[in-house]
Amino acid sequence: MKLNDDAVLCRNVKKYFGEGEARIEALRGINFDAHFGEMTFLLGPSGCGKTTLISVIAGLLKRDEGDLSVLGTQMEDLSENERVLFRRKNLGFIFQQYNLLPALTAAENVAVPLLATGVRRKHAVEQASELLSLLGLGNRVNSLPAKLSGGQQQRVAIARALIHEPRLVVCDEPTAALDNATGQTVMELLATKVLSRERAVIIVTHDSRVLHFADSIAHMDDGRIVEVTRQQLQEAV
Amino acid sequence: MHFVALRMLTGDRAKYFGLVFAIAFCTFLLENQTSIFANVLRRTASQILDVTDAEVWVMDPSTEYWEQTKALKDTDLTRVRSVSGVQWAVRLFKGNPIAKTPSGKFAAAFLIGLDDATLAGAPRKMLMGSWERLSEPDSVVVDKAGYILLFPDEPLQVDRSLEMNDHRATIVGISDASAPFVSLPVMHSRYTEAINFLGRERTQLSFVIARPKPGISAEELTKRINAQTGLRARTTKEFMWDCIDYYMRNTGIPVNFGITIGVALIVGAVVAGQTFYIFTVENLKQFGAIKAMGVTNFQLIGMILLQAFSAGALGFALGTGMAATFFELSLRLIAMRGMVLMWQTVAITGGCILFVVILASILSIRKVCVLEPAEVFRG
Repeated sequence: MKLNDDAVLCRNVKKYFGEGEARIEALRGINFDAHFGEMTFLLGPSGCGKTTLISVIAGLLKRDEGDLSVLGTQMEDLSENERVLFRRKNLGFIFQQYNLLPALTAAENVAVPLLATGVRRKHAVEQASELLSLLGLGNRVNSLPAKLSGGQQQRVAIARALIHEPRLVVCDEPTAALDNATGQTVMELLATKVLSRERAVIIVTHDSRVLHFADSIAHMDDGRIVEVTRQQLQEAV
Repeated sequence: MHFVALRMLTGDRAKYFGLVFAIAFCTFLLENQTSIFANVLRRTASQILDVTDAEVWVMDPSTEYWEQTKALKDTDLTRVRSVSGVQWAVRLFKGNPIAKTPSGKFAAAFLIGLDDATLAGAPRKMLMGSWERLSEPDSVVVDKAGYILLFPDEPLQVDRSLEMNDHRATIVGISDASAPFVSLPVMHSRYTEAINFLGRERTQLSFVIARPKPGISAEELTKRINAQTGLRARTTKEFMWDCIDYYMRNTGIPVNFGITIGVALIVGAVVAGQTFYIFTVENLKQFGAIKAMGVTNFQLIGMILLQAFSAGALGFALGTGMAATFFELSLRLIAMRGMVLMWQTVAITGGCILFVVILASILSIRKVCVLEPAEVFRG
């Protein structure tokens, strides 16, 4: 896949937790890029800083040092409220445990990002139903999450991440709670429906069964990016 | 996001109903106990409030409340009449004779003796017969509850006889007098008859009731009477509050009701507040997720307030409905007559529930506002 503009640019990004002697350096000078039209995987052992890195990239945490540009915006320049609005407009999230609201139907769950921006409920749910149909869940739009399988719930979560047409989608272990076949289906959906020329996807995963979907893989360890593998190299490996 | 907030609230039916019914029962207890408390205290002044003709009550300076009177001298009536601004002033007797029926049933009663000439202070709400017939010899008007006490299981009927202090009395009317503090029959007769029914003493004038001339307020007249006669003059409202104040200071009523009301408020606040707080804590993951998706703290606060206030409003409405039903049903009981759900207690309870809801909201809002949205990525 051809390289496009940088969706995410991290230069010497550092993040600390705690203070004084208890201070932990979670990110120790991260240099990381993610590009539009690519699926970038973050790999690494537990506690290496993957979650912290995507949280910083997504604007959920503030970096302490270094430069961080997301979709051309310097994140350190944004106030707390501006970061919230930035996320609302530009980011989609897919979580390991789906985090669907159990009291809402599939379509209503998908509509949440639109409702947050003030779109009327009827219109938002209609739009969500159409998107669910595109993702093969047209017959489950009125089902509650508890009535859906894990794969179906993750597809609802994918639809929720896409409904407001974000330019960056951040996925945290999207296949970890799924069996192999369902995980492959979800990844295919991410590759075909989510990824586009105008959108970048960052996926944190431990699941080696889905690495072939990656355009690039950033290996993390101990708060650092220790290696970046491009797709061609991965295939060669 | 209002729709999302309400669906989150009602999604967990068990917690939702738990929250609503905690508020409903808290509301019911508060409204029920405060209304009964207020009605019981009001009963201490029922016979004062039933006298609608007069606006000013004159009594011995040592008389503190309705039940405990020191008799005035007969000349005090003339002294009151001589005060400028008095349109009219008449005597009023209050005593507690024993009334006996021909069948042998008897009961202590409140007997109010009215001015023979004017019958001022006569009961205006009559269920049977007429208060004007009090001008007939040996006549009394009995309230319905008293009649039922004296003639249980018998239909209301006038012209029946009673005996008081070896005097025969004829019931010429049945009134709908307000319930007194103690459940005794309330009787009205002429002043001279009342004295006979009770037994003559040296001084027997309990009160002088008066009305000010047009253009003079009752408050102004009480000041003039106080100043010119040295007697204690109170407006009807002031005398009512004197009675209530006496019972508040000298009985265990406020403490006992206060404990129940306090416990109801505390238990209601704790149960409702805790249930709502637990509801929020259990939904933190969801709140974190929507916060990550770009829902602002302002929107989240709005969602929590909507959840708290809608549960509070529904619980308050249910509780008020329960309290209203209780009073509606209990009105049929003689012992509970006149006990009503007072709008003041509904308003005060509403304020208490609002306090509970705000308290519960503040705890939940704080929890959600400090929530790091990044937490959603952690397991």
